[in-house]
Amino acid sequence: MTDPLLTIDGLTKSFGSGAPSLGPLTLSIAKGSFTAILGPSGCGKSTLLRIIAGLSPASTGAVRFMGSRPPDMGFVFQEATLMPWRRVADNVGLGLEMKGPVDQALVRQALDRVGLGSFAQHYPRQLSGGMRMRVSIARALAGQPDLLLMDEPFAALDEITRGDLNDDLLGVWQLAPFTAIFVTHSVFESVFLANRIVILSNRPGQIIDDITVDAPYPRGEDWRLSAEYAAIARHVSAALRAGHGIKAMPSRSVSP
Amino acid sequence: MNGRWQQLVPSLFGLALLGLWEALVRGLGIAPFILPAPSAIGVALIRDWAELLDAMLFTLRITLLAFGIASVLGLGFAIAFSRNALLKAALYPYAIILQVTPIVSIAPLIIIWVGIDNIETALLILATIVAFFPILSNAVLGFSSVDPNLKDLMRLYGASGTSIFWKLELPAASPQILAGMKIAGGLSLIGAVVAEFVAGSGGATGLAWRIIEAGNRLQIPSMFAALVLLSVLGIALFSILSLIEWLVLHNWHESKLSRE
Repeated sequence: MTDPLLTIDGLTKSFGSGAPSLGPLTLSIAKGSFTAILGPSGCGKSTLLRIIAGLSPASTGAVRFMGSRPPDMGFVFQEATLMPWRRVADNVGLGLEMKGPVDQALVRQALDRVGLGSFAQHYPRQLSGGMRMRVSIARALAGQPDLLLMDEPFAALDEITRGDLNDDLLGVWQLAPFTAIFVTHSVFESVFLANRIVILSNRPGQIIDDITVDAPYPRGEDWRLSAEYAAIARHVSAALRAGHGIKAMPSRSVSP
Repeated sequence: MNGRWQQLVPSLFGLALLGLWEALVRGLGIAPFILPAPSAIGVALIRDWAELLDAMLFTLRITLLAFGIASVLGLGFAIAFSRNALLKAALYPYAIILQVTPIVSIAPLIIIWVGIDNIETALLILATIVAFFPILSNAVLGFSSVDPNLKDLMRLYGASGTSIFWKLELPAASPQILAGMKIAGGLSLIGAVVAEFVAGSGGATGLAWRIIEAGNRLQIPSMFAALVLLSVLGIALFSILSLIEWLVLHNWHESKLSRE
């Protein structure tokens, strides 16, 4: 496999003085990979993303980025999290704005990639939930991130919209292969999208399985209907169910 | 078709009421020092116009200054509170005490402290106290309801504190801030008038003073004329602030959107 973009080493997180709610975790994320992190509610998946993003400190252990500089990151939340007073284009340009004058070409390109090229001058309220989520993805893409962190981004959407967005997300990822970490509690979503699925146990979240999904990209409807897809989904589902019963397990490190 | 007529309804109703008032006063021969007819009020308004205008400008000046100072102080404290929880815990209860204490009961004290010679300053302080709290409390609410995820996102993008304030916190809090200012606009006028009433005629020369003077002399039409101007001031203030609110929010805020 390729070089790691980041390694997570013995990471734990406790809130207050209580028992840890996450970890210890040891994990290495390969550059350009699409990793799904799957686990039950409350296992600390979102916390893990926030720690990787540097928005929350780890209690012990560390996240280390390989390479000479920390990667540029994009973050997509469960809600679209747009600024309602800004037009779509200005929302997408938010990250670019922090680095200097906004290159409108990058904004346009990001919007085109999520299929919203003609909605640049709309306000978020004029868009549907799925379109708002696309704007949110475009905002993350506009900064041309090395690492895209997504925290259950499609959980609030209906099944059809969710499927469309999954297709589009893969399309975007193949065009500009950033490293993606995608937190979800949907087994099918993780099998469809990721080339690696890391399954976390109940709180405190620890790695109970780490599955490589070899199916080639582009993935489409064929992949969703294939026997291999069903087999992996079954495996993942069983592992997830097992994770529900497991309170604590000795930490084990997993190599990519 | 109905919409046009419905917009006219309040005006038509007002005119009808004025007509009825005029007819009753004339028909029943009510003395003008008890209830003057609208026409008599109109005459007083024109006759005393120069004095009334001076009085109105005096009250307007106090009101606008108080509103401006209250806005700056209210916003300033709200911003400080949003940054420093300890400061908020220490000061906010006292802001509430200041708010719940009736202004009429503090007014004599302030007037004594600031001095009868500085009656304008005393009025200004009193009107500011009244207008301060709604701006503070609404702005505090606004700043505390900023989406924490957006704040995180801006931090992730390396935004500075200043940039987070101007690009996120201020616009996100603007609906509540503007709502507070709309309330404060009316209150600063009320504060100015109440303070003037308490001060009596010792140097204050605003519309409230005109009302007291006219009352003392039983010039009831003049009293009504001053009242009319006070209402006009209040309505103008409210309309301007509503317009500003609309200009800022109409593109995006739920409260300003019509449902299709």
